[in-house]
Amino acid sequence: MTTYPTKTLAAMFAAVALAVAGLAYGAAGVTLNGSGSTLSKPFQEAAIEQFRKSHKQITINYGGGGSGKGRQDLADMVVDFAGSDSPFKASEAAKAKGGPILYFPILLSPIALSYNVGGVDKLQLSAPTIAKIFQREIKKWNDPTIAAENPGARLPDTAIVVAHRADGSGTTQNFTEYLNTAAKKDWKLNSGSTVGWPSDTQAGQGNSGVAQIVKSTKGAIGYVDLSDAKASGLKAAAIKNRSGKYVEPSPAAASAAGEGIEVRDNLLFSALDAKGDHAYPITAQTWVIVYARQVDQAKGEALKAYLTYLLQDGQGLLTEIDYAPLPKRLQERAVKQVDKIKVAAHASLAP
Amino acid sequence: MIDLGAKRAYADRAFRWMTAGAAGVVLLILWLVAVTMTRRSLPVFRQMGLGFLTDRQWSPPDDIFGALPFIWGTTFTAALAIVIAVPISLGLALFMTQVAPPRLAKPLVSLIDLLAGVPSVVFGLWGVLVLSQHFNLGRSFLTAGVILAIMITPIITSLSREVIDTTPPGDKEGALAMGATRWEMIAATVLPHSKGGLVGAVMLGLGRAMGETIAAALVIGSALGQITFDPFASGNSMPAVIANEWGEAQELHKAALIALAVTLFAITIVVNLTATAIVQRSWRPGRGT
Repeated sequence: MTTYPTKTLAAMFAAVALAVAGLAYGAAGVTLNGSGSTLSKPFQEAAIEQFRKSHKQITINYGGGGSGKGRQDLADMVVDFAGSDSPFKASEAAKAKGGPILYFPILLSPIALSYNVGGVDKLQLSAPTIAKIFQREIKKWNDPTIAAENPGARLPDTAIVVAHRADGSGTTQNFTEYLNTAAKKDWKLNSGSTVGWPSDTQAGQGNSGVAQIVKSTKGAIGYVDLSDAKASGLKAAAIKNRSGKYVEPSPAAASAAGEGIEVRDNLLFSALDAKGDHAYPITAQTWVIVYARQVDQAKGEALKAYLTYLLQDGQGLLTEIDYAPLPKRLQERAVKQVDKIKVAAHASLAP
Repeated sequence: MIDLGAKRAYADRAFRWMTAGAAGVVLLILWLVAVTMTRRSLPVFRQMGLGFLTDRQWSPPDDIFGALPFIWGTTFTAALAIVIAVPISLGLALFMTQVAPPRLAKPLVSLIDLLAGVPSVVFGLWGVLVLSQHFNLGRSFLTAGVILAIMITPIITSLSREVIDTTPPGDKEGALAMGATRWEMIAATVLPHSKGGLVGAVMLGLGRAMGETIAAALVIGSALGQITFDPFASGNSMPAVIANEWGEAQELHKAALIALAVTLFAITIVVNLTATAIVQRSWRPGRGT
């Protein structure tokens, strides 16, 4: 066996002692981990940055990964909160290890139908027409069905290229759910995170991947959340809402959609195909999902503080990054619900 | 003396148990993988029956899962990759061992061995950036095939060279002494001698090509329902579908993705067994002559 000189041994002990002290010191702060919805990731990131300024002892990490991953992570208790564009299925929620859960809506987001058609700066589409385009029943931009909705527009004889998501996605879920509701008669692909797209369509990774295809392909059309569409400098179609008005996607139009929705007691709702003259019909939403019982006191309190921030001051950050804040009444209900989170009274190990 | 002998016998026994244990663990893991995966994929086979392997339609919200286009995509792109990679790899390996002067061969060998150790996704990403965007090959079976070929060339080359290098020099010298040209010598001694190992090298490359996920997912185009010999068409492959759809999949959809993995597993085994059989059959006549 090798013998270490006493000095080396002493140095090693000192290093270990320092490391232990460091760990103990680190425990004074609280770390919250979240994962899920990529739709709301830019908002989470902006909010975390601002929140840190007033709460230096709380560290928050938000990894994307998609709504489904967020729900799974929360159910397995590997994260403290999940971001999700759609609620748990009942069978999924029953498997959650931490007991009953609470939903907190944090934002509304318009899903834009971006297009790349030379010479067309304004495009108006209704749900049945969108359904026919995405099912490849309408294959040319100057098709009479499109022309009928766009009087005066000079539609070219260009082939339509349909772009959709290659990866399973909450955006696909919301977009297809919209068509399932608003174009019941024409839409045959049902709704889900992945649907059976026709084979002569293009697929891109993530919102930015779809935006990339639309941007680089003449005659392309694809669904992209508004902030990515704007970031890529894409034009977006005005969509016919339930009142028969064509509305362009914007934070204001998404907030208007929020006014016309029915919200259940557990704060679940769908902002798709909402009532109201100014409502943009393809509006998605994201919830932060947490457990109603928090066993770690420090974490529970930190979580409540962060949720309160997201629902109050944080809402002011949304418009700038092309999301819509919650309508007033819904926001108030959500803030009130924060009190329903029960934090264990006993102190955790942290001092 | 007696003590020492007992100790050695003990060490010997321990060694035997250790190696047997290692071998057993491999079998156990393989068995566990097969059992858990198959069990978790059962719901989709209950729903689809053998239709899972023969149907063309993949529509998760309707609980319809036909994987045939993905099986086709995996097979087609892997075949394209092999067709491109094998001649290059064999040529390279023969060049390094039989043709090039040692001064050139030595650094080349170390370089290829180095490349074989680089994770294939590194070449894959390079291929994505250069082929798909720079050369504008677009996203298709062919793009995926070419990228897979680039990814597997170093490993096939490296393994082939090792095998070819084991040809007894006496055989080669004998052939040359009888007046054979260099190519005749290679055809008469090197290739028959290393046939088994070469097929093994190609199989390892094929396995990598079939299982490659991210690079394929990025360039294959993710089009559903495509079964065609047109290399310029977009399609999809089994690993790419798993990677793309796993995150948001629920219940039966998840079972279907696991079933894709099981199918891939089964195909790999079948391909390997076939290869082994081919090698064994062609081996016997060649031996001893």
